[in-house]
Amino acid sequence: MIRNLTRRALAPTALAASLALTLAACGGQSAGDEGSGSDGGSTGASGSVAIDGSSTVFPLSDAAAELLSEENPGIKVTVGTSGTGGGFEAFCADKTDISDASRPIDEEEEVPLCKEGGVDYTELQVATDALTVVVPKDFEVDCITTDQLKTMWEPAAQGKITNWNQVDPSFPDTELSLFGPGTDSGTFDYFTDEINGEEGASRSDYESSEDDNVIVEGVANTEGALGYFGFSYYEENAETLKALEVDSGDGCVAPSVESAQSGEYTPLSRPLFIYVNKQSYADKAAVKEYVDFYISNLVDIAEAAEFIPLNDDQLAKTQSTLDEEL
Amino acid sequence: MTTTQIKPGRRREEGTRVLDTGQNHERNAGSLAFLVALWCSLAFGVLVLLVLIASTALDGAPRLDANLFTEYSSTLFEEETGVRAGILGSLWLMVTTAVMSVPLGIAAALYLEEFANPTRWYNRLIEVNLQNLAAVPSVIYGLLALGLLALRGFRQTSLVIGGALALTLLILPVIIITTRESIRAVPREIRDGSLALGATLWQTTWRQSLPSAIPGIATGTILALSRAIGEAAPLLLLGVATGIRFDPNGILSQFTALPIQIFTMSSQPQEEFQTAAAAAIIVLLVMILVLNGLAIYIRNHYQRRW
Repeated sequence: MIRNLTRRALAPTALAASLALTLAACGGQSAGDEGSGSDGGSTGASGSVAIDGSSTVFPLSDAAAELLSEENPGIKVTVGTSGTGGGFEAFCADKTDISDASRPIDEEEEVPLCKEGGVDYTELQVATDALTVVVPKDFEVDCITTDQLKTMWEPAAQGKITNWNQVDPSFPDTELSLFGPGTDSGTFDYFTDEINGEEGASRSDYESSEDDNVIVEGVANTEGALGYFGFSYYEENAETLKALEVDSGDGCVAPSVESAQSGEYTPLSRPLFIYVNKQSYADKAAVKEYVDFYISNLVDIAEAAEFIPLNDDQLAKTQSTLDEEL
Repeated sequence: MTTTQIKPGRRREEGTRVLDTGQNHERNAGSLAFLVALWCSLAFGVLVLLVLIASTALDGAPRLDANLFTEYSSTLFEEETGVRAGILGSLWLMVTTAVMSVPLGIAAALYLEEFANPTRWYNRLIEVNLQNLAAVPSVIYGLLALGLLALRGFRQTSLVIGGALALTLLILPVIIITTRESIRAVPREIRDGSLALGATLWQTTWRQSLPSAIPGIATGTILALSRAIGEAAPLLLLGVATGIRFDPNGILSQFTALPIQIFTMSSQPQEEFQTAAAAAIIVLLVMILVLNGLAIYIRNHYQRRW
């Protein structure tokens, strides 16, 4: 009985002790870090910067935060990936300081939302992306026109366009399997706007995924598949995928850093933005330092995050917008 | 474990022996086929799990190094990216969740089991609700926590306390139900004996029922916590960020959790991130296994047979 009693008493004590130890360990570590943070952060401001928005832009803003943390660990940047739409929702409710966006803010829905929330903002272009249309590596099609893309993707194609040769007689007689991002994604919004002429208008009988790696796998392993996503996903998977050249009337143009930078790769090269809350920029030293750092190191950051940097004109424009509006 | 439960238990044991060994006279082609079907189902489930774990472990093996634990996530040095913020965030989340949910859950269970009058309508309402809440998808609890924080006027909702609130709501019904089961397993005679000796209901509960039930409660609680630690959905709803390069230092600190980091890393284009994600999955798996192991140990070691 005594043995039993001690055993019974031990169980909760052991549990409590282990929990307490864990807590103490975490507390100790973070306290130590804070100390070293304030030592190293003597060069500039401290404080927090809240960023949310597009998962496409995430690697850019995150790389900027990482580079800044090496210079000034006192600034605590949090970068979320709620998607362009979700990001604007939080941004317009004044919950974040900066919103990442893979498309411009929506005039009809999101601009009034920000007005309602009393949020005044500035749009800064930070990089360029080339939406890349891909097929499996060994597929015999090399170039596609925007009209043919529309034939494939427009809502009217639903259930009807199921074979490549229906799109163009010169295409092979192969079943067409489409892969694309889900409707919440800024990539989907941009593609449907440029190709189908209306944002959000698309056939819906395609394999959709919020995770672009799923689209990569799907296209690479399905005969006659076609999909689209950001350029970096193609770059990382160039050994299994083929990027189609896109012809918008002026001949076939392959997606590349150069063609996207020069604007030749139309209409699928798209600007990537950050939206900065003007009030936050004016009031918070940390937000100001982060944005200034981001914009003045744009080319390095874009290259580190494997994005297409802005060309000189675009860089100058972003810099002057920053100087004038903020 | 009560005396009343032993009898049906024995009967069940005899019943399973027919299928178990086939040594019984009732053995025939039908039962043999059923046995094989059962084994196949079991083998299929285990096989899928093993293949999944083994392939993840192989994918992640190159990145199961010190950097994974000591470094923050890195876009610049992909091959050295780490999940330090996620591991610490998950630990903070777990401890905060435990501190909030365990006392509340045990108190609620004690009330329902020992003090509440089960014929009162409000107690019956609570009972029904508890059963239902245990089956609610975790996203709903994320919404609820988000609403609570918004009501309290928090500008940021991706705080340790917010995540812990969501996870507390998620596991509270489980803790209450398992605690009630363990308290119910304490024999009537113990309670009657205590009451007969002049102890009050409170004294009986505090000194007899609760201590005897603690191994069961601990097991249930730890299993509930190990479920909570793997949750990403309610945290995503709270807008828990993934790009974080500092350690959480309090319940009002911003944080990121391991499942969130895994989710983000696995959807990045670079292969290095996917390898790191696989390694982080193994870390999370080990954390959960340790917790479950602890639960099994406590159950076997401190369990009291009457």
